[in-house]
Amino acid sequence: MKNTDILTCFQCGTCHASCPSGKYTSLNIRKIVRDSVKKDVSDQPELWMCTTCYNCQERCPRGIKVTDAVLTLRSEAVKKGKILPAHRKICNFLIETGQSIPLDNKHMEIRKKLGLRIDEAARKKALKDVKLLLGSTGFGELIKR
Amino acid sequence: MKELSLFTGCLIPNRYPGIEKATGLVLDRIGIKWSELAEAACCPAPGIYRSFDKITWLTLASRNLALAEEKDTDILTICNGCFSSLMDANNILKSDTGLRNEVNAHLKKTGREYRGTIEVRHIIEFLHTDIGVKKLGDAVEKPLEIRAAVHYGCHLLKPTKERKLGSAECPVFFDELVEATGAASVAYEGKTNCCGAGGGVRSAMLETSFLMTEYKLDRMMKAGVDCIIDACPFCHLQYDAGQVELKKAGKNYDIPVLHYSQLLGLALGFTPVEVGLHLNEIISLKFEEKIAEIQKRNAPGR
Repeated sequence: MKNTDILTCFQCGTCHASCPSGKYTSLNIRKIVRDSVKKDVSDQPELWMCTTCYNCQERCPRGIKVTDAVLTLRSEAVKKGKILPAHRKICNFLIETGQSIPLDNKHMEIRKKLGLRIDEAARKKALKDVKLLLGSTGFGELIKR
Repeated sequence: MKELSLFTGCLIPNRYPGIEKATGLVLDRIGIKWSELAEAACCPAPGIYRSFDKITWLTLASRNLALAEEKDTDILTICNGCFSSLMDANNILKSDTGLRNEVNAHLKKTGREYRGTIEVRHIIEFLHTDIGVKKLGDAVEKPLEIRAAVHYGCHLLKPTKERKLGSAECPVFFDELVEATGAASVAYEGKTNCCGAGGGVRSAMLETSFLMTEYKLDRMMKAGVDCIIDACPFCHLQYDAGQVELKKAGKNYDIPVLHYSQLLGLALGFTPVEVGLHLNEIISLKFEEKIAEIQKRNAPGR
């Protein structure tokens, strides 16, 4: 999305009124997206309070891609090293296992009991590819910032 | 139509394997040809990776898509997050040659290429569109006379311009599938609201995410339902494990949570254990007794 699209916003507040997170938190989606045009919002914790439910984007009478804007603003924050510790941890799971939620011993046993597939060879191949791709796109370096 | 590769993701195989088991049972029973996507990795999860770096998100998704292309199968997802990442990435890569070339330059290092030859499906829209409510209803052996709170989950429906499954304000297709099992889909306030888990909120701000979950659970309880039916393991986790957390704060809901595969499994005559209900955090004996009673009453020959 271009920044100029945000400029078509006439501040009606439908986005904020539709926001399930903003009902309980300090996230004001109308304000943060508007502010992003004129200043850096990378430091604002509210950027990470959005569940990306897309209500704001669906209901925007101007057709502004509000949720997509949040994703872009988050990417800009990440480039500056603004990564929450819990998110960094999940990224490291991906780098180490190829999955964001790795299989633990408890669930390994459950899978065996259910007769579900445990394919170590396939998992190793997947991990090898994931490591290669994450290295190629520079993701490992990105989350070390 | 191509055959289907089942894409299970991370959360289902590694935290709720009962949903995986139930999905296999129901697909086989309905006679759908499917196979596993053996070397798949994380979809990757839209909430975090799409937020972090678009190219990384697209590249990992393209690898999963390429695996299915090599088998010449469509992908069947059973998680809204996987559906969102894989469908959106597929649409972007099919239409944007520049991004496709950039992603393929990375993917080439693994000896693969994304070509854009397959579709990404979600089990709910697949069953509704390709199998149909009538055929499913005909397959039901034990009509479940229960009251269900249906939770679509955000990314099954939105963004609607990408999903093309109709309005996100008042959708009906999932309710129709639930009612095909004999259950009543009960109306409740805030039905299309978010469970609170998405966008990395659950992982980084658990308490905040539960405020949204409480909003939903309060209204489901007020509507008087026997269970929650979802289409996504992340919503499933938020409602199921979330109720355990909320209990510590004195909030008692005790509403069992079922993925649609599990509900359909029960209606097809599989037992609660066979569809993995015992692997949930919230175990409701009242609910299981009700199901046992219905299954016994509706047994052939009685």
